[in-house]
Amino acid sequence: MGLLSKKDAKLITDPLADNNPITIQVLGICSALAITAELEASIVMSISVLFVLGVGNVVISLMRNIIPSKIRIIVQLIVVATLVIIVDLVLKAFAYELSKTLSVFVGLIITNCIIMGRFEAFALGNGPWRSFLDGIGNAAGYGVILIIVGFFRELLGSGTLLGIPVLGDPIEKTGLYSIGYENNGFMLLSPMALIVVGIIIWVQRTRNKALVEDH
Amino acid sequence: MEHLELFLKSIFIDNMVFATFLGMCSYLAVSKKVSTAVGLGAAVIFVLAITVPLNWLLDQYLLQPGALSWLGEEYAAYDLSFLSFIMFIATIATMVQLVEIVVEKFSPSLYNSLGIFLPLIAVNCAILGGSLFMQSREIATLGLATTYGIGSGIGWFLAILAIAAIREKIRYSNVPPALRGLGITFIITGLMAIGFMSFGGMLTGGDDEAAKETKSAQVDELNDTEKELANNTKVIE
Repeated sequence: MGLLSKKDAKLITDPLADNNPITIQVLGICSALAITAELEASIVMSISVLFVLGVGNVVISLMRNIIPSKIRIIVQLIVVATLVIIVDLVLKAFAYELSKTLSVFVGLIITNCIIMGRFEAFALGNGPWRSFLDGIGNAAGYGVILIIVGFFRELLGSGTLLGIPVLGDPIEKTGLYSIGYENNGFMLLSPMALIVVGIIIWVQRTRNKALVEDH
Repeated sequence: MEHLELFLKSIFIDNMVFATFLGMCSYLAVSKKVSTAVGLGAAVIFVLAITVPLNWLLDQYLLQPGALSWLGEEYAAYDLSFLSFIMFIATIATMVQLVEIVVEKFSPSLYNSLGIFLPLIAVNCAILGGSLFMQSREIATLGLATTYGIGSGIGWFLAILAIAAIREKIRYSNVPPALRGLGITFIITGLMAIGFMSFGGMLTGGDDEAAKETKSAQVDELNDTEKELANNTKVIE
């Protein structure tokens, strides 16, 4: 850890597990769940949030001494909106099909509570380098959950990963399908995303008793 | 009739929380007590009813490809739609501030019940989502946009009211310790969303027509599953 001091490294590793933005802080669920039916969409969404949160945190942190506190929310929204427009245009240019699948959810990164939450709680009070690390860490924590959910939903729902069949061919009856396995189409429907996240929370809290709530 | 159909559809079929997961953060954070849930829900209806029509006007006369033609021939080729995110969010943030000031001035009692929730709402995904869906579903008139805004708001209100009531009662049940609080709320919401899916055929009487009419990602997913099911049945035959 030559580059990062212990305290800085903690900024990145903490949000990955014990202070995860989705399962512990309950932020940013809005845009997370609807797009996790496919692993590819989840990965692209995680990268977009990583970019917006990393860069946004640095920008806000650089401006923290000149933003009047009364209008800070509007300033923050404009910064995020600009970054999200960049992401949206890049996606439209290089991955048009995918940007159609994500539809309005790219735009909804603007109101992703993780981003506003990190701006308010961290970037307004810390220097650019630490804010950058904090942004990357939290976006990665968000990405991990998205990718886990996307992995299980695509695997169990359509038997593919990133569009590649991994369990055999359901029509030709090869691989697992030859012994009577069926895809669970229910996993592709949106309610299952909630239930999968619920199960992730359950597993995490069983492993770490300190996180258990008393109602 | 058109209005009634859109109204019912935005409350039940395209419910903000259960079909598109919008506004989940505040939905989970503020649903511990029925009384606060009602306050936030009312504020969401209020703000959606104002911002959706307003953003419809912006979209129609400023942002769409060719929308500037009312300024003159030479402006007809402009396409400002890439600015829609920034315009929508700026409108929402300013409207929320404005509404807060006006309500505080003219109706202190309403302000006391809504007041603390209003600033929260500027960053509620349901509000921006309402405007973005209004744009992507190409809602045709100002009247319909207003209906859509109010309907979506009521749908969100219903959802948060229902989960708050359930969470008040679930205190008396024996939930596994690790699932208490957040975990069980997620799972209940999932089950409620499955329940709301049964409204799917309410207006059109058939899934095929419903699928043609809505363009949401939700329905696309449903379609894929249907195709897959159809494939599976073919194999069985």
